[in-house]
Amino acid sequence: MDVIGRSILRKESQDKVTGRARYTHDHHSNTMLSGKVVISPYGHAKIVKIDTIEARNMPGVKAILAGEEFPLTGEDIRDRPPLAVDKVRYHGEAIALVIADTPGQAKKAADRIKVQYELLPVVHSPTQAFQKDAPMVHERLGEYIKEKHTTPVPGTNIATHIKIRKGNMEKGWTESVTTVEADFSFPPSDHVAMETRCSIAEILPDGTIKIMTSSQAPFMVKQLIAKYFNEDIGKIIVETPFVGGAFGGKASVQLEILAYLGSKAVGGLPVKILNSREEDILMSPCHIGLDAKIKFGADHLGIIKVAEIRYLWDSGAYSDKAIDLTRAGAVDCTGPYNIENLWCDSYCMYTNHPYPAPFRGFSHSELSFAIERTMDLLAQKLQIDPLELRYRNAIMKGHTTPTRVLLNQSNVGDLQKCIVRLKELISWDEGQVKEMNNRLVRVKGISCSWKTSTIDPNAPSGVILTFNRDGSINLMSGVIEIGTGTKTVLAQILAERLKMNVDNIHVKMEVDTQTTPEHWKTVASRGIYMAGRALLEAAEDVINQLREIASIVLRAPKEDLEIADSRVFLRDNPLMGLHFQDICYGYQYPNGNSIGGQIIGTGNFIMRHLTHLDPETGAGKPGPEWTVAAYGVEIEFDRRDFTYQLVKAATVVDIGTVLNKKAALGQVMGAMSMGLAFAGRETFYFDQLGRVLNPQLRTYRPLHYGENPEYLVDFVHTPDLEAPYGARGVGEHGLLGMPGALGNALSVAAGVSLHHLPLIPELIWKTKEAKS
Amino acid sequence: MKSQIIELYVNGDLRTVTVRSADTLLYAIRGKLGLTGAKPGCLNGDCGACTVNVDDWPMKSCLMLAVEAIGKNITTIEGLKKTPIQQAFVDNFAFQCGYCTPGFIMNCHSLIHQHPDADDKTIKEWLGSNICRCTGYAEIEKAVKTVLENQ
Repeated sequence: MDVIGRSILRKESQDKVTGRARYTHDHHSNTMLSGKVVISPYGHAKIVKIDTIEARNMPGVKAILAGEEFPLTGEDIRDRPPLAVDKVRYHGEAIALVIADTPGQAKKAADRIKVQYELLPVVHSPTQAFQKDAPMVHERLGEYIKEKHTTPVPGTNIATHIKIRKGNMEKGWTESVTTVEADFSFPPSDHVAMETRCSIAEILPDGTIKIMTSSQAPFMVKQLIAKYFNEDIGKIIVETPFVGGAFGGKASVQLEILAYLGSKAVGGLPVKILNSREEDILMSPCHIGLDAKIKFGADHLGIIKVAEIRYLWDSGAYSDKAIDLTRAGAVDCTGPYNIENLWCDSYCMYTNHPYPAPFRGFSHSELSFAIERTMDLLAQKLQIDPLELRYRNAIMKGHTTPTRVLLNQSNVGDLQKCIVRLKELISWDEGQVKEMNNRLVRVKGISCSWKTSTIDPNAPSGVILTFNRDGSINLMSGVIEIGTGTKTVLAQILAERLKMNVDNIHVKMEVDTQTTPEHWKTVASRGIYMAGRALLEAAEDVINQLREIASIVLRAPKEDLEIADSRVFLRDNPLMGLHFQDICYGYQYPNGNSIGGQIIGTGNFIMRHLTHLDPETGAGKPGPEWTVAAYGVEIEFDRRDFTYQLVKAATVVDIGTVLNKKAALGQVMGAMSMGLAFAGRETFYFDQLGRVLNPQLRTYRPLHYGENPEYLVDFVHTPDLEAPYGARGVGEHGLLGMPGALGNALSVAAGVSLHHLPLIPELIWKTKEAKS
Repeated sequence: MKSQIIELYVNGDLRTVTVRSADTLLYAIRGKLGLTGAKPGCLNGDCGACTVNVDDWPMKSCLMLAVEAIGKNITTIEGLKKTPIQQAFVDNFAFQCGYCTPGFIMNCHSLIHQHPDADDKTIKEWLGSNICRCTGYAEIEKAVKTVLENQ
């Protein structure tokens, strides 16, 4: 392999280091109007009155939307009004939209809108929401339009309930000699993509709706706006330029709807809405919270015989993607361990918190914290080395997943190999604890993870290849360049397949839904898998066409022709052949006669054999393959004040094949950094009225330069036989084990079992105080 | 609020801009001059995505009014041409989504100029003012150190 594995520089490199890369907000015109959203200051309140009279008379104001009933929105349950009408259900909910000539005018007018509220009791957590006497977040849950497989329970706060029932629980408990049981919880937090969300919409006189948006899912924007507002789907064109980070947060469709409604209100003029950081954190979808209850039974060797799991996912005010997150958490509920007797209830719970979008890892880093802490508790109880306990229980080929998918040599990675490599990488044999002095102690914590991608069973991906006259190729895919470098890797895959120079492949970075073939959504570490397969099919198409025309010109059968270095030539006489440039726009004979035409290759892909889950047992095939990984975190803990430094963090992931070394390392390290920040510091602090007290990057503080640990990353290579060149997804996996590993390290260091996130010194201190 | 016409010295050119007194430098260079390399990330000085150089020092352009920049030498990412730090960011994969990159590069560029012998502590002090959400900072560290070492 020539190009696969090499650290080919990103195709968009020069644009990004010169300020020329353009993001949604960088697109501006003089005719563009500005939208400003008025958001709810309370978690749960009745809207008594909205007074817009003064605001309407402010200079520059073109329209104000408030109090009007638009069709309800939401991906699985249509429970969300674009602008709140009767009541607000979370702090930050959009209640009015002002359209004015300039951002300043829109802001000034928005400040003059007076809303009178009547406070309602707040649902503060999924556990509270689950209580029988809890306040109702959605009184009319039974009346909403919903997808077939979603199971809301009217009269409660349950938006859906996923059941996993496998094996024989009684048998499992009988075979167990030890049990551990523990509760875990953490509130919602945020993605903090550096680019806040931005959407621009305009409606042309012929009814064409043009939307430009910072999104991971422009094709979903098109589909949902058509569905929600009964628009002609062919008349909706969604453009996405570069996206400034997403991490799942830009897979939800929200701001696009407001921009569309705003444009509609001003006769189709272009309207731009740019979130402020505060709006991005409060109004737009966040990172899900979780309350978990785990019970494991194991035999004397530590083999887990049975598990009873309850996940209460914090769906916040609206269900949107939380339904899918609840399902994803159920299908991999056990973590990467073989547990034959299993009972899991995964509930999607309405609360009065901001509602969640997907977050890198899609429920897996969250459930892993609960599972991996429980694994350490079990190891402690049985006096077994925690890494050894995981090795013994590691899921592998021949086992079945919670939803009863039989694992084989291809559809799951090799967790035991990851564990063995991790052991060396973090020098586990030197011991878990190292005393530095009477204050400081260095401690290692470990964890494991697995993940499949629970995407829609019919999710499509397509690729188009066109030739330029010099024989170079344009590659068009609906994958969004959100920072993962996927489009550069696609060019590498094409270069490898055609044995050509990757510099002669030009990648279209921007996506527009009218001319780019659809890639369902750029999510779930599935870009390379799906678009890569579509690309390989398009490459076959191109190869076939090149051979066809060359065989006529060279007067040789197609079967005798080879392709390499942008040439088609005879296998036994490579000197006799044609450069792509002589045939990719047809071939012209010396007398002027011509045959063929521009070569255009197409390919598409759809996942094979995915199914919906059985509503009673959960049985079904939710995703194509499972990537596994093992992790370690080393901290230096100060016993006096409970502060700690991140010293080292390690990840060993079974990646199948490395496609671009530096890009892969960058994905893993970046995900680790994000996971450590989620685990160690990031959270929403709520008050009694359900208000988020820290919606700013000064009070909600991601990791800064120099606060990161030293990263140790390595790969195991168990190819996925269905994936392009055997590569498994790797965009999310560095994150998944960080909360568990950090929690395990700190629990040992502090000598107290930690069950909540974020793991700040105050939490450790409080937990210790409560114990003593 | 009344607008006024001011002259700003940006990337070596004297530019005439109409601004309100309340307009930030970020708003003026992006909205009036079309220099969209500097990015809004928080408009509160917390993230550094809007960093430019003012008289060769890094400045968060969301924290400076356009009128305050009169008579000062402003360099934006568009004003850098093939500098070593830009290439070092490319070679070391020191960006992913690219949104924080212009701010980081402007900060690094000034750091290299002001402290050609910067140690770890100085680098941390300087770069700690910017946020990158994609990388884990290891690549950015490598990029800036490569340039410092090669000087």
